[in-house]
Amino acid sequence: MKKLIKTAIIKTLPVMAGYIVLGFGFGIISEKNGYGLLWALAMSLFVYAGSMQYVMISLLTSGASIITTALTTLMVNARHLFYGVSMIEPYKKAGKFKPYLIFGLTDETYSLVCSGKGPDGLNFHKYSFFVSLFNHMYWITGTLLGVLAGTIIKFNTAGVDFAMTALFITVFVEQWKSTKNHIPAIIGVVASVICLMIFGSDNFLIPTMILIGLSLSLGRRFIDKEEA
Amino acid sequence: MNSVHSIVIVAVVALVTIALRFLPFIVFGGKRKTPEIVTYLGKVLPYAIMAMLVVYCLKHISFIKSPFGLPEILAGAVVVLLHLWKRNTLLSIVSGTVIYMLLVQIVFV
Repeated sequence: MKKLIKTAIIKTLPVMAGYIVLGFGFGIISEKNGYGLLWALAMSLFVYAGSMQYVMISLLTSGASIITTALTTLMVNARHLFYGVSMIEPYKKAGKFKPYLIFGLTDETYSLVCSGKGPDGLNFHKYSFFVSLFNHMYWITGTLLGVLAGTIIKFNTAGVDFAMTALFITVFVEQWKSTKNHIPAIIGVVASVICLMIFGSDNFLIPTMILIGLSLSLGRRFIDKEEA
Repeated sequence: MNSVHSIVIVAVVALVTIALRFLPFIVFGGKRKTPEIVTYLGKVLPYAIMAMLVVYCLKHISFIKSPFGLPEILAGAVVVLLHLWKRNTLLSIVSGTVIYMLLVQIVFV
């Protein structure tokens, strides 16, 4: 048990750094927009989806509708479907750990458990459980620290929301470098800009998501060929 | 802030996220094969959606009013270049945010 916990802590150290900083940013932004300690903690506990929590603050403050919220969550978090698909086999016999393992399957947790094996012959399901639990704790701790920093230290936080933009830009760059096929990314940019110009900043998300979904599905033969 | 609206929005985000995480285990957990279109979209959708999120974050920029989106362009460029150079997500985010805050608080006031 001791070895299990120790290994999980060592393996999750990079995630700890990332989640504390990003959680901290989320905590500050949340607090600054009028969603204090309990709100921020509840969001990090129950939603537990990094980028979506940042987007959620925008949806909350702009008074978004339920449909926009559901569709945006669907599109932003759709990738979780595919993490799930690839973890069906490894998590099949996880028993009592299974519901929490599935709930905690964030991008970072996925990157640590997707091999389907526990390091050093450790039990994979127990190892995955501690990895998932620790990552969740780091995220909540970061959120808590961010809210407290926002409450206690009275510094000028104007512009701190840019952390969200910066996060998405780094992921975008990371994705761009990871593939030779840039058509999907370009479709994303073009569809968003066109819909933003036509529908305006308050209403462009849904049309953009429809346009992206259609373009990717209808252009599949062309896009998939580029992949090969 | 409207508490009822807020609770509903947070609940919707939580439920849709949880549903997305559990769905594959419920639907494809048995012997059923994952449809090709799902696998394909899983591969290409993240690229397009991340582009949409970047545009979403920048949606309020006006190029015809001062400061003409300059803080976003400058800080955004720093994030891109720093990230291409160092590939360190935290460094890129923290540097970009600090520079943006300095730009909007001190330079373009």
